[in-house]
Amino acid sequence: MNYEEFLRTHNLVAGDRVRIQMDGGVLEGIIMPHHEFSAPEIITIKLKNGYNVGCSVESIRSIELLERAGIEVQSAVEHRQKEGLPVVSIIGTGGTIASYVDYRTGAVHPAKSPDELIKTMPEIFNIANIKPRILLSILSEDMNADYWRTIAEQVAQELKESSGVVVAHGTDTMGYTAAALAFMFQELPGPVILVGSQRSSDRPSSDAYLNLLSAVRVASGTDLGEVCVLMHEGPSDTRCAIHRATKVRKMHTSRRDAFKSINAEPLGYVEGEKIEITGEHRKRGELVYDTKLEERVNLLYFYPNMNEELFHAHFDRARGVVIAGTGLGHVSTKFVPYIREYIASGGCVVMCSQCLYGTVNMHVYSTGRALLAAGIIDGRDMLPETAYVKLMWVLAHARDKDEVRRMMMQNIAGEISERREE
Amino acid sequence: MDWEAIGLKVGLEIHQQLDTRKLFCPCRSELRDEVSGTIVRRLRAAEGERGEIDVAARQTAERNLLFRYEIVPGSSCLVECDEEPPHEINTEALRIVLSIARHLNARILDEIHVMRKIVVDGSNTTGFQRTALVAINGALRMEQWEIGIPTLCIEEDAARKIEAQGNEITYRLDRLGIPLIEIATTPDIHSPEQTREVAEHIGMLLRATKKVKRGIGTIREDLNISIKGGARVEIKGVQELNMLAEYVRNEALRQLKLIEVAGKLRERNAVVHEQIHKVTHIFRNTKSKVIANAIASGGGVFAIKLSGFAGLLGKKGEDVHRIGSELAQYARVFGLGGIFHSDELPGYGITAEELNAVRSAIGAGSEDAVVLAAEKEAVARKGLSAVIERAKMAIQGVPEETRDPLPDGTTRYSRPLPGGARMYPETDIPPVRVNAVLMESLIPVEEYGAKIERMCAQYGLSREIARQIIRSWRDIEFEELSSMFPHAIAEIARLLTNTLAEMQNKKLEIEKLTVEHLAQILDAYVKGRFAKEGIEKVVEAFLCGAASIEEAIKSAGVEKLGASEIENIVRELYAQHPEISAKPNPESALMGLAMAKLRGRADGKTVNEVVKKVLTSNLQS
Repeated sequence: MNYEEFLRTHNLVAGDRVRIQMDGGVLEGIIMPHHEFSAPEIITIKLKNGYNVGCSVESIRSIELLERAGIEVQSAVEHRQKEGLPVVSIIGTGGTIASYVDYRTGAVHPAKSPDELIKTMPEIFNIANIKPRILLSILSEDMNADYWRTIAEQVAQELKESSGVVVAHGTDTMGYTAAALAFMFQELPGPVILVGSQRSSDRPSSDAYLNLLSAVRVASGTDLGEVCVLMHEGPSDTRCAIHRATKVRKMHTSRRDAFKSINAEPLGYVEGEKIEITGEHRKRGELVYDTKLEERVNLLYFYPNMNEELFHAHFDRARGVVIAGTGLGHVSTKFVPYIREYIASGGCVVMCSQCLYGTVNMHVYSTGRALLAAGIIDGRDMLPETAYVKLMWVLAHARDKDEVRRMMMQNIAGEISERREE
Repeated sequence: MDWEAIGLKVGLEIHQQLDTRKLFCPCRSELRDEVSGTIVRRLRAAEGERGEIDVAARQTAERNLLFRYEIVPGSSCLVECDEEPPHEINTEALRIVLSIARHLNARILDEIHVMRKIVVDGSNTTGFQRTALVAINGALRMEQWEIGIPTLCIEEDAARKIEAQGNEITYRLDRLGIPLIEIATTPDIHSPEQTREVAEHIGMLLRATKKVKRGIGTIREDLNISIKGGARVEIKGVQELNMLAEYVRNEALRQLKLIEVAGKLRERNAVVHEQIHKVTHIFRNTKSKVIANAIASGGGVFAIKLSGFAGLLGKKGEDVHRIGSELAQYARVFGLGGIFHSDELPGYGITAEELNAVRSAIGAGSEDAVVLAAEKEAVARKGLSAVIERAKMAIQGVPEETRDPLPDGTTRYSRPLPGGARMYPETDIPPVRVNAVLMESLIPVEEYGAKIERMCAQYGLSREIARQIIRSWRDIEFEELSSMFPHAIAEIARLLTNTLAEMQNKKLEIEKLTVEHLAQILDAYVKGRFAKEGIEKVVEAFLCGAASIEEAIKSAGVEKLGASEIENIVRELYAQHPEISAKPNPESALMGLAMAKLRGRADGKTVNEVVKKVLTSNLQS
């Protein structure tokens, strides 16, 4: 018998307090929801000492109900407004910056209410009057262009009343969303700061606190009129880096300082109350935005031995393809003719590098030159992911192939650096 | 003292490091001094599984602490830095814990769930300790009694505290993550001596697995002590087995004293007043250096009134256990370095006049106690608020709390007992189903009694010697060395018992001696380089600073002399003592002199031959 049948037969549910007579001992405690990786015959009990233990249905001689599960009331926090403080909106989209532990799956899930996060960070109310809103509650790997548009619309709404907007986002695809917003908003009346956490906010060591606090400071206390990503600058809880949206990438699976500005310096830093904006940046202006995107764009990661058919498949029905090529911007020479044909028939191809660091330069080697002759667009030192999002936006706005080329090679939102010192 | 009469109950919790890689990553479980970098962190009091915030956690978080973590190459990685999720549980470590559980007849759980136990004092970078309950309902069977073992857990050790300065604490990450077995007893221990014996027995059991770490700091004991009318007090982190009885004794006495004082306070209808008065002006020209300095650096003097407390706070030097120290310890934890109280005044440069002026200012009569703090206002207020809290508890009796052990056998307040709402599942690690495959891989554990029998039979030892060797925790070295030098068993036994004890008496650091060192000494001995008596001398020379065993052998001056050297010495002696030839037994006389000079460096038989030779040759001449 599995745990479900057993509980049903005995008319018990998770939350009930029970006494189990096992062979070998007695367990007294509260039935916990089943853990996803627990064996099917296991019932999980939380003992009085706090430990969860797994008891096999077969080990149970008798089970006695002591107390029915009660209904827990969560106390809501009132949003205290202070005179004279700027207004900052916090838009939740999911991700571990606002999360709680879900016992069913044994994993971390996004919180349904912003109160759950703000309750543990009261100092945020001393910096700004917070307008929280949960817009989405999804894992960032489930993000798509529709969601980007939804977020952009909400950001625009909020910017009408707030001095800056903070968007809480899962870190996995935060770079993509940030880039999308950066292209959609041609001019901003205040900063739009994407923020996430590598360590879920239910943990005492979570980086969520410093990140969110710093983001609210930047949203209310600077003249930035750009979209950026704010995360820990290093492994310590001292400094956060403000990254330009179009130059940032998640470069580590788990470290707090996973996000790095590639081929550029960060826009600035936040250390405690001190904010330092070091780079050139766009300042607050009007609100001008346009969320149109052409979704039939592919991102192709080239590798040796890539199957020709599979290579071609990336171009089927796509209006444009961004290639993350090797080195200075190369693919196997055998693919050059196909690329030439595709471009000749109206498609756009942009070359970036999977090295991520450094600029593409297709003049140096023969393959590169052949690609240029075929009509490929030089992706300069853009990140492949950023170029992918940019191409989506450009294809939705350019009138012809020449304009596509012109716009792709033009620096629209800081995605191209003229020079690199590292 | 009749411990049973006062209802003394002691529960032991033993934490022993296992000799494996770390529990949730493959780092070495080694403490090292090489630090390659530091990271700085803060921890926040987070909500427990059921929405509450843990009391102890909140108290620590309120102190706004900053933690520095030292990274140690080889002994720490991104997991210890909380920059990478934990790996799956170390099955070798789990197997060791399961083996002990089985030996103690405990009920091993069907599925093991790793939990997060909130700890925000900085000793865990994640803000929690990963711990799992492995077995319940065991029992420790000793000759005289049976002690219940309600739980056996496997958990990770915490980071080592290196330094604490004000608001900043530095920890080193080498110890974080080392696997620990935690064995808890029921509070069926009823005397200080029994505590020690139970702890010793459990220690021997753990060592019998051969898979636990040895040395100082590898085993730590927590005591849960209460007496009738008292409360459960936890003393955390005792490292020395021989101090256990002392801590139990002192805690029982402390609780007795607190109960006594509480009774008196209630008789007097004692009341603690919440108001904190500023009395800096009274001390404008004080002779007290502490107060004068505090005022000079921008602080003030603040006072509170404890009605009915006069004479009950205690005086240093007169009472070992005093409410006054309890108040001071509370204040210390909240950032106030020290307090003055009226039972010890006048004193410390504070005059009777000043004390009386304070009494008038705050309306404290002769029945009332006054507590003073001299510090910056914010610090003083925070500290005195803590004193007020603790004084209120003094009227009730004994507060439940966690205390730190001090080297002199007493303890001091550390933090409130943690509440129950502080554990929730470690969702990064899947639960472990305990199945037949796992159970078949467990290791056998040799029972103490059986071990004595075996050692007597196998090595021809007396029961007394075998017991000594096991109880001094040298049985593993004994068996290792005996297998290397099977003809020197008696010497090895003596070395590991008498000789090491002698070295300890001379206050030498015997931890310096490794099994390798001892093997080198024994090797030289069996090769005939020195006599049996030389072994102890070489050990001593090594512990006194010789750079190597070889050097120790030289500086101990024990090397056996060759035949010609012996002959030269004997001849010299004979020349220096001409009266020998006149003696009735010249051989005996010369032997006497020679052995005195050569003791340890030559055996009697050889010397005797040389003496005979020398006498004969001289007689001939």
